[in-house]
This record gives sequence, structure tokens and C-alpha cells, in this order.
Amino acid sequence: MILDLQRFIEAERPHWILLEAALKRLESDTGRRPELPELLKLHALYQRASADLARVATFSAEPEIRRYLESLVSRAYGEIHESRARPHRFAPWRFLAVTFPRAFRRHGRVFALAVLITAAGAAFGGAAVVLDVEAKGALMPFPELHESPLERVQREEHTLADRLRGSKSSFSAYLMTHNTRVAISCLALGMTWGIGTSLLLFYNGVTLGAVAFDYAQAGQARFLLGWLLPHGAAEIPAFLIAGQAGLVLASALIGWGDRTALKTRLRRVLPDVGALVGGVAALLVWAGLVEAFLSQYHEPVLPYSLKIGFGLIEAALLALFLARSGSRAA
Amino acid sequence: MRTAQLRIRTPEGIVFSLPLAGPVARFLAFQIDLACIWGIGALISTVFGWMGFLSLDIAGAFITVAYFAVSIGYGMLSEWFWRGQTLGKRVLGLRVLDEQGLRLTFSQIVVRNLLRFVDALPAFYMIGGIAVLGSRRAQRLGDYAANTVVVRTTAMRRPDLDQVLAGKYNSLREHPVPAARLRQRVSPEEAGLAVRALLRRDLLDPQARVGLFRDVAAHFRALVEFPVEATEGIADEQYVRDVVDIVFRAGASPPA
Repeated sequence: MILDLQRFIEAERPHWILLEAALKRLESDTGRRPELPELLKLHALYQRASADLARVATFSAEPEIRRYLESLVSRAYGEIHESRARPHRFAPWRFLAVTFPRAFRRHGRVFALAVLITAAGAAFGGAAVVLDVEAKGALMPFPELHESPLERVQREEHTLADRLRGSKSSFSAYLMTHNTRVAISCLALGMTWGIGTSLLLFYNGVTLGAVAFDYAQAGQARFLLGWLLPHGAAEIPAFLIAGQAGLVLASALIGWGDRTALKTRLRRVLPDVGALVGGVAALLVWAGLVEAFLSQYHEPVLPYSLKIGFGLIEAALLALFLARSGSRAA
Repeated sequence: MRTAQLRIRTPEGIVFSLPLAGPVARFLAFQIDLACIWGIGALISTVFGWMGFLSLDIAGAFITVAYFAVSIGYGMLSEWFWRGQTLGKRVLGLRVLDEQGLRLTFSQIVVRNLLRFVDALPAFYMIGGIAVLGSRRAQRLGDYAANTVVVRTTAMRRPDLDQVLAGKYNSLREHPVPAARLRQRVSPEEAGLAVRALLRRDLLDPQARVGLFRDVAAHFRALVEFPVEATEGIADEQYVRDVVDIVFRAGASPPA
């Protein structure tokens, strides 16, 4: 049997138009909560369009109408059958204070793994610098790190002029964007079953370890802490959390000891990965500001004790925040 | 060429399929989006450039951060507020959809956009392109991780049967019994093929047109036999047109 297509379209089209208008209203405002009567009407229209699709799919051959109805039913299906909880309004404060730290704590063991990989990299970098002086040139990314720590400290401490004068904001903006890019790469490389993320974390550790051992060996640990701690207290954890996000993604891909389907595993970790990335971005904005406006000033302009104290307080507050924030919120 | 489809079965038992977007359409949409990002970036540079007379440093910082935010956030925000569409996707008629046909969540949008960093490696979206070509659902790595697909959207287009059927005398209608039998025996695929052949007949070269309608008419003639007086002197194309008229316009009254 074939439908009388013309008559069928004429009879049903007004309902399709109503459904399309209802969907457009819902789609135009992502935060809107429709009233119950509106939802009932939408459901009725969806069921009618579904029935029309079933009739067209079974009895008619007209592909255009079928495709149109499929598109309409799929949009309505997405609205009606979606049951995942989602915020109706963007709430940045709640996101940062509750969603982010909770996601961090849920994957605490993965964070520990990120710390372990970085620590292994740091040990390797430190050992390389201690055992082979030539290694510095290959391991350290910035030319200013290639010179002797003692020479650099003397130069920095004797330069009273503000070398970042007139470019602090630009430098800060550069640091924020550059570091965020690296952090995103760290997350995205989770798709290589975590190999890329692990390599990036290890490499970061190598650089950090090489610099730390180089300065400590030269007796300049105080300068190093004064230089790195103010921004590093936020920046290093931010990279570790980006690595954590990448490894969470990787663990969902690999699925050791988890019998659920790959798609289900990915679907389960997605909200946490998104939350971790948001938190990383916020931490890197802060780190960029501190690095440009505070970290680059040394004694006698700023006493090291003040900078180290600032960095320690920052690190303690961040640890407290990640451990406790949002734990009591409903 | 057969296009890949996303098939979804609803709890009501309805099965629908959506055509998946191919790599070329997606690439073109992305080029439009890149042009948009570039345009917004140029606008930002102009607007914040005016701040330069106050402080070049602050203006430079604003431009750097704003351009970075636009390049990262353009895809995320437009896909969130336009339900899976960016400007490029709108122009090309594409939409990002949850793989199960459900509504997109913000975390899905964030992850699929951030994973562009891997899809773009080593250059010109090579990894993403290979993934799209190799994937059953035309997914790049970002889509794979976020459980999303990109589908082609369809606008309502009514079949213009009047274009081929209006005002034509149909001798087959004089014989309601074989006409009813024809309606029973013609499958949806056969009927659809006949309509499409009629709608596109002017695009065919004359020889192909004659050959096509000869084959289609022969097929329908074999399905149901009409009395000789109904089919005598009717060209193959006219015969196919009469069959379509009977199949799709069951309720139309026979000519007086």
C-alpha cells in the first residue's frame, strides 16, 4: 500500500510546523525550563511526528519527506529523552568552588599518578644535570637558564631597573595563553592512550628537576624558590591537573578492570574532564598574572622571604581548596 | 555512493537515520569558522588598538588574551548556544549531535573542541581527517572522545508531483481493479525511483532518458497487466507518469 502523499502532507504538515516552532523555542534558549503543559504538548507532537515517520518509512517512498521527518523526530527525541542532569544557567562561581574540586577529588589516584610521572621526570632531569654538565643545554627550554645560576643571580640582583617596565601586561597575557595551550595539549594527548600525556608530564618534570638541581647545586636554592614559588604554586599544580584530565580520558579509553562499554566509560568521565580543564584555565590565569607582576622581581626590590612566604601560602590555600571545597555543598 | 547514516531506535520503537557529514563538508565549514575567528580577531585588534594611546602594554595584553579566548571559545560557545552549530556548520547545513541522538552537554562540546589540538596534528588536520575517513560514523578523535557525530540537517521540501502529473489524462485510471493491484504491488523503493526519474528527466540526455523509462516502464508492466486499450499508444515515459499518479494519488477521482 502507498499513501496518498499529497493528502497526507496536507493533513500532517500543520502539526510538523507546530513541533518545529516548539523545538525552535526550546533550542533558542539553552537555559529555559519549559512548563508542564508545554512539555505535554511537545510530547504529543513528537509522538505524532514519530507515527508519521513510521507510516512514511513503511508505506511511502518519498525520500525528502522521510528525511525531513527523521530530522524533526531526532531533534524532538533529543529534547524529550535527555535525562542527564545539566545546569540550566551558567554559574561560574559554583563551577569553580564545587564542580572543579569535586572532579579533582574523584580522580585523586590519577592525580597521584600524574605527580609520580612528573617526579620521575624531575629525578631524571636532576640526575642528568648532576652527572653531565653538558646536559643543561639540551634539557632547559629557555636560553637564560643555560648560563650559570650564580652569574644569573648576580645579574638579576644588580639590575635595579624594571626590565619588564611597559610590558608586564603583555608578558602576563603571553604566559597565560602559552601555558593554557600546553595544558590543553596535555589533556588532548590523553587520546593517545595516555602516552602523549605521560611524555609531556615527564618532560615537564625533567625541565623542572634540571633547573632545581642546577640552582641547588650552585647554592642558589633561595633565589630559585623566590623566583618559582609565587607563580609555580599555581602553575605546576595546573599542569599536573591537566595531566590528570588527560590520564582520566586515557583510563576511560583503556578501561582496565572495567567491563562497561567504551562509549559508556567515555560518557561517564566527560563532565569531570570538562571540569578539570576549566579549573586548569582559572589557575593558569592567576599564575600568568603572578609571574609577570611578582615573580620577575628579586632582591633587593622584593625580599625572597616575602616571595617564598607568598608562594607557600598560595600552595597551602590551593591544597586546602582542592581537598575541601564543595565537599559539603548539596 | 552510499552515504553513512546514524541509525537510532527510540524507546517508542521508531527507527530514524540521519545522514552523517563527510570530511569535505566539514572541512569547508571549518574554513568558514576560521574566517569568522580571523574576522573577530581583526575587530578585536581594531577596538583594543584604540586603547593603545592610553597604554600599548595593556592594549597588547587585551588583544592577546581576547584573540586566544575567541579562537578557543568560538566553537564552544556557538555550538552551545546554537545547539551544535557554528556559523560554518549553519551555512553548510551541518549539526553536531550526541551519538545517541540526545541533547549535547556542555562538557561534550568542551572536550570535542579541545581535542582539535590532537586532530590538527601533525599539520592540516591530518589525524582528524584520517580518523573521519576511517571511522564508521565519520568521527574525528574529538568526536570519538565526546561521543558526538556531525550530521547533515534537512529542510522541508515537498515533492512537486504537480510538476510532472498536473493536467495529464491517465488512461490507467479507467481500470480501477488493476490500478488497485498496482498500488499493492509497487514497493516504496520502486515508487520512489519512478518519482525521482520523472523529476530529473530533463537532466538526462535523450538516449539515456529513452532507455531509462523503457526499463522502468517494462518493470511496472510486468508487475500488473492493464487491458490493451489502456496502454495502447502510450510512450514509456507516459506510462511511468501514469503509474506514479496511481501510486501516489490514491484518492484522486478518475477523469469524467
